[in-house]
Order: sequence, then C-alpha cells, then structure tokens
Amino acid sequence: MQIYLKLIWAYLKIGIFGFGGGYAMLSLVEKSVVEPGWISESMFTDIVAISQMTPGPIGINSATYIGYVAPGNVIPELSGPLWGILGSILATLAVTIPSFFLVLYCSHFIRRHHESGVIKSIFNGLRPVVVGLIASAAIMLMNTANFNPQNISWQLYTNIAICAIAFLLAYFPIKTGKKAIKVHPILIIILAGTAGYIIYG
Amino acid sequence: MSNNNDKINQKEDSETVTSLSQLFLSFFKIGAFTFGGGWAMISIIEREIVDKHNWIKRSDFLDLLAIAQSLPGILAVNIATAVGDKVRGGKGSIIASLGTILPSFLIILCIAIFLTPDMIKNNHVISSIFMGIRPAVVALIIAPVITSAKAARLKWKTVWIPFVVAFMISMDLGFVSNPILYILLGGIFGFLVWKIPQFKTNKQ
Repeated sequence: MQIYLKLIWAYLKIGIFGFGGGYAMLSLVEKSVVEPGWISESMFTDIVAISQMTPGPIGINSATYIGYVAPGNVIPELSGPLWGILGSILATLAVTIPSFFLVLYCSHFIRRHHESGVIKSIFNGLRPVVVGLIASAAIMLMNTANFNPQNISWQLYTNIAICAIAFLLAYFPIKTGKKAIKVHPILIIILAGTAGYIIYG
Repeated sequence: MSNNNDKINQKEDSETVTSLSQLFLSFFKIGAFTFGGGWAMISIIEREIVDKHNWIKRSDFLDLLAIAQSLPGILAVNIATAVGDKVRGGKGSIIASLGTILPSFLIILCIAIFLTPDMIKNNHVISSIFMGIRPAVVALIIAPVITSAKAARLKWKTVWIPFVVAFMISMDLGFVSNPILYILLGGIFGFLVWKIPQFKTNKQ
C-alpha cells in the first residue's frame, strides 16, 4: 500500500515543481518514477511515445499510464486492473490538484484587484508576451519530427501543404450565402488525420 | 413597469448563465482533440469558449493564458481551471478540469488495460494518421498567434515584444529561453510603462 502513498507524493511534487507544461515536465517525471525503480527506462520511453500519440495533455496521459503500471511493477500482487486503476486515479489527481488550487487562488486574487491600476498595468505588459509565447510554441513545433520524420522530400512538401491548408481553414471564414462559417478546429484535425491515413497509410 | 423589467432582466440572466453540462462538454471536446501539448488546444478553446459560446472576451482569455502559463502544473488543466472559474466559479473550475482530464484518462486506461505499448507504437494506421495531424496542429497554433495579437491591441510601444519573446524562447537556450522569465519581465514592463507615469501625474 505504501507504493500508493509514494505515488501520490511523487506526483504532488511533479504538480508543484513542473513548470512549463507537459514536455518540460518530462525530465522531472522521469527522475521521480524511473530512479525509484517503479518503471524501467524503456517502459518510460514507450509511455512517453504513447502519451504523444494519444489525444490529451501529455502530462495527464503519462500520469494515468504510469499510475496504472507502477503498483504492479513494485508489488506483483498489485498487478490487476483494479489496483492499476486506483494508481492511475491517484497519480492523475495528485498531478493536477496543486496547480488547481494555485490557479483558483491567483485568478480570485486578480479578480478582486481587477480595478487596481497595478494589476491592469501588469496585464498590459503581459498580453504581448503571451502572443510571443504562442508564437514560440508554433515555431518550436516547425521541426523535422512534425514535418519530415523520414527525411523524404515529397513528404516534407505534403506536410507543408497540409499545414497551409489547415491554416487557411482555421483562420479564414468560408462564405456560404450571407453567413461566414469558420471551420471548427476539431474538424480540421479529423480531416488532417484522414489525409494522413490516405497519403501515408 | 419596473416589475416587468425585472422579469426581463431575470430571464436574460438565466439565459446567459452557462450550464455546467455545456461547460463540461466543451472541455471534454477540448481534451479529446488536443494533440501536441497545451498550446495546441488554444484554437479549440477559442472557438468553443470565445467564438461559439461567448463565455469570455478574447482579451480576458489572454489574461487567463498568462496566469495558466506562469503557474506550475499541466498547462491544459490550468487553462481549464481558469476558464471554468471565470465562467461558473469554483464548480465551473472543477467541471472544466475534469472535462479536460477525462478523455485522456479513459483512453490511456483502455490502452493500459487491453493493449501493449508495441501495439500502438508500431501500428502503421495510427502513425500514418499522426503524420497528417502533426502539421495541422502547427497550423492550429499559428492561427491564434494572429487572433491573440489582434486581441492584445499591439501599439508601437509593445509590438516588438512578441517578436523578441518568440525569438528568445524558440532559441531554446536554457534560462534565457524560459517562458516564465518573459512573463515576469512583461509584468515589470507593464508596471513601469503604464503605472509609474500615473504616479507622476497624480503627484502633480
């Protein structure tokens, strides 16, 4: 049973000290779960790969997966699905709870002082930074892993085309009669996945 | 007459109050279709929360993003907590966070219980679908760069900031590429540029 407490403690720490979102947190996760021997190095690599391939935040995906596998790896009697599910619930909640309260506290604090000139002036400076943050996320994802994983030039051009079409659909509304409809981003993802299956499948 | 107005106001209020199930559904969709990290969900959130339901203004959304990014934890869940709280208070934040978490939780559980890692990793169908999704996700992050730049109402005083921040962070140079550094600097910049002049004029 101790393993569950250890798991909660490890994931609370990851939730408190993991800045910068999923990818930035991964090294911290690796330290916390591979070093104590809950998960082997190769299993961790597998779990990260699957967390990237499945929808949802990578931090949640990996917490759920590691929480499921870890108890059974440490104590063989705990390898049934019920024990695993318990582990994944605990790990997932533990990684989200610290920031949940921090976010609540901060947004309440800011709302209470909404009219204060200091808060307003700070957010005036923050908004352009957030624009830069989103732009940096886009720039960093324009890499070979996303556009040309197998180093084949026709695939590079195809992927650039997919990106360009997706952008046009996401940004420009389509005019049908008097109404202008914007394509839902979820539909864009579904279309892109279908295109990937047709082209590369 | 005034009584009548009150009734109309009440009716409008009840219509504008967001239902928790609606909030849950929106964030469930967001969680189910977020690929490639928290930033990739911004497009979907913008569409669901800002465009479709008008729950918050685009500029307020930027403020929430700043809060979500400067705190530790999982960016997507932080965004959900902040938006849920803004729309429906404490209950809303729990519902929105759960909505974001639940799809990944269920999908991963199914994989962990019924499949082995190799069945996913070496699955040709899944990897080909992902080859198509990945470049589209990049596009879904480029689009909100433009919409958020408009919402931030960049002036000559501030238009250089996104360029410098994006350049420095994407250089990936350790400490000087840490997003939190630029959030701190942005806050200090805002205080110096907008608040300090107010102190001076107040003194005069």
